[in-house]
Amino acid sequence: MNFEFPALPYAYDALEPHIDRMTMEIHHTKHHRAYFDKFVAAIQGTELENKSLNEIFAQISKASAAVRNNGGGFFNHNLFWEILGPNGGGAPVGKLAEEISKAFGSFEDFKTKFNDAAANRFGSGWAWLSVKADNSLCVCSSPNQDNPLMDVHDCQGTPIMGLDVWEHAYYLKYQNRRPDYINAFWNLVNWEKVSDNYEKALK
Amino acid sequence: MKTFFLNFIMASAMLMLTFNSEAQQAAKSKAPQAGKPAIEAVSATPVFTGTGTDWFISIKDAPFPGLPYTYEALEPVIDKATVEIHYDRHHRAYFNNYKKAIETSPETGEMSFYKLFGSITEFPATFRNNAGGFYNHVLYWSNMSPNGGGKPSGRLMDAIVAKFGSYEEFVKQFEDAAKTRFGSGWAWLSVDLATNELFISSTPNQDNPLMNTVERRGFPLLGIDVWEHAYYLKYQNKRPEYIQNFWNKLNWADVQARYEEYFTLVSRLK
Repeated sequence: MNFEFPALPYAYDALEPHIDRMTMEIHHTKHHRAYFDKFVAAIQGTELENKSLNEIFAQISKASAAVRNNGGGFFNHNLFWEILGPNGGGAPVGKLAEEISKAFGSFEDFKTKFNDAAANRFGSGWAWLSVKADNSLCVCSSPNQDNPLMDVHDCQGTPIMGLDVWEHAYYLKYQNRRPDYINAFWNLVNWEKVSDNYEKALK
Repeated sequence: MKTFFLNFIMASAMLMLTFNSEAQQAAKSKAPQAGKPAIEAVSATPVFTGTGTDWFISIKDAPFPGLPYTYEALEPVIDKATVEIHYDRHHRAYFNNYKKAIETSPETGEMSFYKLFGSITEFPATFRNNAGGFYNHVLYWSNMSPNGGGKPSGRLMDAIVAKFGSYEEFVKQFEDAAKTRFGSGWAWLSVDLATNELFISSTPNQDNPLMNTVERRGFPLLGIDVWEHAYYLKYQNKRPEYIQNFWNKLNWADVQARYEEYFTLVSRLK
């Protein structure tokens, strides 16, 4: 088994006041942990056991709902914790910044597009910034724990940044005010990490 | 047949008692009568309990109904803050959003909820999400009561035992449907529109068994909201606890009345 449940790369209260300590603790130790445990249980003793997440997602339409939901939940939260940080915020620089301007007009236009994707995803899901097979950038959203690596996704690519818009990600602090949570998210984005993900995703 | 009508009248009367305003009850008698076009009967101060022929009125005329109890009335099963935000923010937003959507698709305004849901895939997603959200929550609030709990009786209990083997087995299957709905959605007990049989199902987001998106269409009697917003402030990740506690506030008189009502409405539902 080549999967490990990752420690949170900062303290539970490190994202205050934008995301509260209690939300982070429950989100990581309960929700994320449950996806990991159920994913491992779903693949144990099957041919998926020794495959990578990318390989599993590329053929997710052939896997069980347990693998799709929990494998997705495991991966998506790994990425989410990574691209957040106590010293986040600001704007990207270098090649990623240039590509964002090229693809969306400006950084502000990109944010608007990403905010819309996150706000308009009805019910539980995620908003994504991905790199498509032709190396172009793309903003989209997915339901539940699906992601752009899955063969069921309508805008496939390599996600380099994701925002969890399940209510469990924000309800204790923001309740029905999802847009406030989305605005707060920009204060936490670790652009260094997103740029790093971008470089690795280029083909 | 006599017993059936007597039961129905008694159940309806019990149901009316759960809505406290006298004005509401007076206007209720002006609700549309079976067989007549619903729109004629809509009163200036419309009353809406989500029962009987309420859902046959044009969707543009449905009012945002009052909560049939106070915000803290469902404590300790559902906390005051959750009920207040759920009713006054989430439910109200679904109501406002579908009314706004009618402005851009005026042809939908004259439709009844039943007609709209039966052809929901022909309309913009905002109707599916928001008219669905409005309808589902009216049912949800009505399905609960501060004096809830216990077990069903009469014809509904007979039908539950006949279909599921026992009341306990029904509870188990309903809980399973509610627990295993991944992400946001609802679990339902409905009457199959084709066979009149009871069945349990779950739907994603704000879909419901009346919509032409489901595998098996039915008339919902009982719905539990398993969106995280329904329970997160009190239960967080522990959805199964919320589901188990829900039975303690379940208003079986309402569910039974809906079951009886189905047989008087069925010819108009199809």
